[in-house]
Amino acid sequence: MPEAGVGITRDEVAHLARLSRLAVTEEELDVFAGQLDVILGAVARVQEVAAADIPPTTHAVPLTNVLRPDVVTPCLDRDEVLAAAPAAEDGRFRVPRILDEEA
Amino acid sequence: MSTELTTMTGAELGAAIAAGQTSAVEVTQAHLDRIAEVDGRVHAYLHVDTEGALAAARAVDSGDGPRGPLAGVPLALKDVIVTRGVPTTVGSRILEGWLPPYDATVTAKLKAAGIVILGKTNMDEFAMGSSTENSAYGPTRNPWDLDRVPGGSSGGSSAAVAAYTAPLSIGTDTGGSIRQPAAVTGLVGHKPTYGGVSRYGLVAFSSSLDQAGPFARTVLDTALLHEVMGGHDPRDSTSIDAPVPPVVAAARQGATGDLTGLRVGVVKEIAGGPGYEPGVEAATRDALARLEKLGATVHEVSCPSFTYALPAYYLIAPSECSSNLARFDAVRYGLRTGDDGVASLEEVMSLTRQAGFGAEVKRRIILGTYALSSGYYDAYYGSAQKVRTLIGRDFAAAFAHADVLVSPSTPTVAFRIGERADDPLAMYAADLCTLPASLAGIPAISVPSGLSEGLPVGLQVMAPALADDRCYRVAAALEADHGHPLTQEAPSL
Repeated sequence: MPEAGVGITRDEVAHLARLSRLAVTEEELDVFAGQLDVILGAVARVQEVAAADIPPTTHAVPLTNVLRPDVVTPCLDRDEVLAAAPAAEDGRFRVPRILDEEA
Repeated sequence: MSTELTTMTGAELGAAIAAGQTSAVEVTQAHLDRIAEVDGRVHAYLHVDTEGALAAARAVDSGDGPRGPLAGVPLALKDVIVTRGVPTTVGSRILEGWLPPYDATVTAKLKAAGIVILGKTNMDEFAMGSSTENSAYGPTRNPWDLDRVPGGSSGGSSAAVAAYTAPLSIGTDTGGSIRQPAAVTGLVGHKPTYGGVSRYGLVAFSSSLDQAGPFARTVLDTALLHEVMGGHDPRDSTSIDAPVPPVVAAARQGATGDLTGLRVGVVKEIAGGPGYEPGVEAATRDALARLEKLGATVHEVSCPSFTYALPAYYLIAPSECSSNLARFDAVRYGLRTGDDGVASLEEVMSLTRQAGFGAEVKRRIILGTYALSSGYYDAYYGSAQKVRTLIGRDFAAAFAHADVLVSPSTPTVAFRIGERADDPLAMYAADLCTLPASLAGIPAISVPSGLSEGLPVGLQVMAPALADDRCYRVAAALEADHGHPLTQEAPSL
């Protein structure tokens, strides 16, 4: 691989994985740290031509304030949606424990 | 009759059904039989909806159902497009067993046109990949050579049509995921102008780039399917409020083989050189010579910023993916693991995403999270967006002197399964030629340009936004000049 890495560390990758809510394994951290370093080294080239006076493009086809008519239309059926959820109770999504996170 | 039905084009099948020479049920059954016969070796399909397909075919045959040029014609649908009550996995464990509660706009349009959806096709997980090897459900094989990949991420859709298990299919293209698989399986595949086809119900990977489009063995079939699936959709705020470009008329016009006066620009930066196989370069030169023979003028153009398309894409797409895939939170749909009543929501979320996502998806989520994080945003994501501006400017300058721009669709023929699996950058290079059009949101088609050592090569034809018809015109002229669809030269399975 000709591209030089940017020096992203294993600890940084572990931090990014936590932010991304990915419980990655130790082995994955080793592999990803090496690969991401190489990939970032390759993609960092964008900085060579990104002069300050060039405006960014977020979208190839700029459209603004696209709103639908303010009329009531049918939405998805609640029971059908909940049937596809991992867990439901009393007509709602049931979530894992959210209180006492620190306990 | 059964074998004959699977080798006919979509246009021929639609006409035969309308004329009462065959029935939609017969046509559908012939394709279901073909799937049973060969798909064990190809693995193009993740799910075959036998009952749903036959029911849709019966509705067309009843005479009260939908009518149109493709009514009763079967199709294979990429598993990234949601289908009500029919499994949609996106090639991922995280959506295994999910039954969507609604149809994508594309799905609804297919049904309204009487097109028979045979099943859902394999893909790189969340459309991230160029070989279909990243599917959680195992790779798809290229019908031209079962040891090779069918391209990706829409490799199930390309393989299904190349294997004659469907005359038509739909893929999605974020950085080349229709054009590259079409090229390496000898098909025609078109990425419409961004906003030309609704994204409502297309499971998002990179929202500013994702675009669904058609595959077929002929240019006319591709255009007919484009016409069905395209058009404005109020449910997609990025959908363009304009009529579908006259793609079918352009395909018919191009088939006359007259390109007199057409100005073709060959983009120097993606025309060949190191990394391009000699056979691909030769087929491209041959295609250019044929375009000239048909009356076009061919000249070289330079788009210097295209050399930065690959790095820009591999910042923008992972960034948008890291945001989009946050919706897989183990609460509303899909997988949930580790919910033992003690683990917290956050722990369950992390365990679920760890178990549900494959390596490439995790790699891109982490990369995107890095590129968007405070302190790195300007250097990475911000710079990539500026490159996007430069690429748009290069296209605008080139189109001032050319009606269409061309390049090989991909630098190599289909590579062997496993060959690039452990080297992300080598895999990413498969998209080298297709990325500029993706970043600029312009339409681009891949049409067969010939064979290299017995394997298909594709020519990419790019046009300005909303001028999709130009792609079809040029593709149809090349196809007519060749005399028959390239897939007729494929070895039988």
